[in-house]
Amino acid sequence: MADQIEWVSLSVFIFFFALVTVMGFFAARWKAGPVSEHLDEWGLGGRQFGTWITWFLVGGDFYTAYTVIAVPALVYAVGAYGFFALPYTIIVYPLVFAVMPVLWKVAHANGHVTAADVVHGTYNSRGLELAVAITGMVATMPYIALQLIGMGVVIKAMGLTGELPIVAAFVILALYTYSSGLRAPALIAFVKDIMIYIVVLVAVVVVPMKLGGYGAVFSAANDAFTAKGGATGLILKPSQMLPYATLALGSALAAFMYPHTLTGIFASKSADTIRKNAILLPAYTLLLGLIALLGYMAYAAHIKVDTPNDVVPMLFKALFPSWFAGFAFSAIAIGALVPAAVMSIGAANLFTRNVWKSYVNPDISHAGEAAVAKIASLVVKVGALAFILFLPTQYALDLQLLGGLWILQTFPALVFGLFTRWFRAEGLLLGWAAGIIWGSWTAWSNGLKPLATIEFGGVSHVFYVGLGALILNIVIAAVVTVVVARVSPARRTT
Amino acid sequence: MWILLLLPFVGLLWVPFYNFQEPALFGFPFFYWYQLAWVPISSVLIWLVYRSRKSDEAS
Repeated sequence: MADQIEWVSLSVFIFFFALVTVMGFFAARWKAGPVSEHLDEWGLGGRQFGTWITWFLVGGDFYTAYTVIAVPALVYAVGAYGFFALPYTIIVYPLVFAVMPVLWKVAHANGHVTAADVVHGTYNSRGLELAVAITGMVATMPYIALQLIGMGVVIKAMGLTGELPIVAAFVILALYTYSSGLRAPALIAFVKDIMIYIVVLVAVVVVPMKLGGYGAVFSAANDAFTAKGGATGLILKPSQMLPYATLALGSALAAFMYPHTLTGIFASKSADTIRKNAILLPAYTLLLGLIALLGYMAYAAHIKVDTPNDVVPMLFKALFPSWFAGFAFSAIAIGALVPAAVMSIGAANLFTRNVWKSYVNPDISHAGEAAVAKIASLVVKVGALAFILFLPTQYALDLQLLGGLWILQTFPALVFGLFTRWFRAEGLLLGWAAGIIWGSWTAWSNGLKPLATIEFGGVSHVFYVGLGALILNIVIAAVVTVVVARVSPARRTT
Repeated sequence: MWILLLLPFVGLLWVPFYNFQEPALFGFPFFYWYQLAWVPISSVLIWLVYRSRKSDEAS
């Protein structure tokens, strides 16, 4: 990495950063509503976002800056296996189409703001509500930290060293999220997404032209993997197929259980808004597939990096004029702000509704809820920042990985109740606990790899641990439900 | 019609079906263009289901 400051890149970067900062503060007055008087206003932008705003907002916070850095990095490091993000972000949409409009209707009819609100409304169980709320908050924290890592990578590429730039960027983000709530990331998402689209479309046309076409890109990568050996290559090794498919399925089931993605769902205007988005959001997946190929382009461009995370910034620096590299870096950094803001809002909503309101002050007013959530969003962000500044980066990566398996365990509690009232809260709570404990223990004892192994018919099968934990979760929930229904046939719920 | 929503799962989760280099298309090995092709296909499938269902917006 160059140590000189890249002034042209940096100027472009600062221009766009200033632009979105102004937009962030201005957003409080956009689609005007009393931002500080009701959590629906601060935390869900007034529940009024139509198809296009939702498309930009969910696209902006589901396909994060970290994705733009980490997916090409993984593809660069291991090849085909890193592409599981592609099937994952395709099969997620049939799920969204089938499930999320139903969830939206329940939330809308009852004024629910969070997943844990919905669970409490369905099962009338404080224990299950708290389990879902805590899982959401804990899984979100390292995810925010990863956005900071993504931002740090591009700031470093422009020659800025030290932690001050990241701290400054984050303080600004925290302040306008505080004052504008969800309207800030929703408005900024327009800028971010359009910038990312421009960068990627230019990259996928110009870069292969400079490098001799896609055939040359793939063959350069193939040569590199042949030389490297091991579990790498342009197609999957037989032993990687089951991990690939189970990672894709498990990630797709988990994706819309996160507070930040659900916030986008709850903030939309109607169930139909969500259905249309299930049709339109795959446009981002196409983009993601092309972004992933940057990992192979790095081989064709003979980029040498210290860590795979530097692949994207180094590729842009090597192949683009510095003003365009600066534009690309701004797109990635702003791409970190949108999800970080929505994540902190989602976590703050959970804290306010399902911890503060449930345990500290049940009689809190609407304005009081908004006030608590605003403070909570600051605490969440400071927590994530401290995480990055004081703990090794690897902790954030490991915890984010575990966070994916944890959040997946809230799927039965949140989704099953939308379609059947058969399950009992006791069963779902025990299933959740079993899934989390078995999954974490298995991942931990595998050296924090997200894979588990079972012996079946003398052959060992390797699969995504989160999916295994989910199956265990569902089995336990069903067995306990049968037992509880025998012991006390009358439900204590509605 | 809702059965159409299962097709992307079948097409993408049965990996042995597409884990090949050939036939390539525009320089993309089969593994890559096959999966990328599922993006628009899935959108169209979801759109077909969307179109076929009864509207609930009036309620």
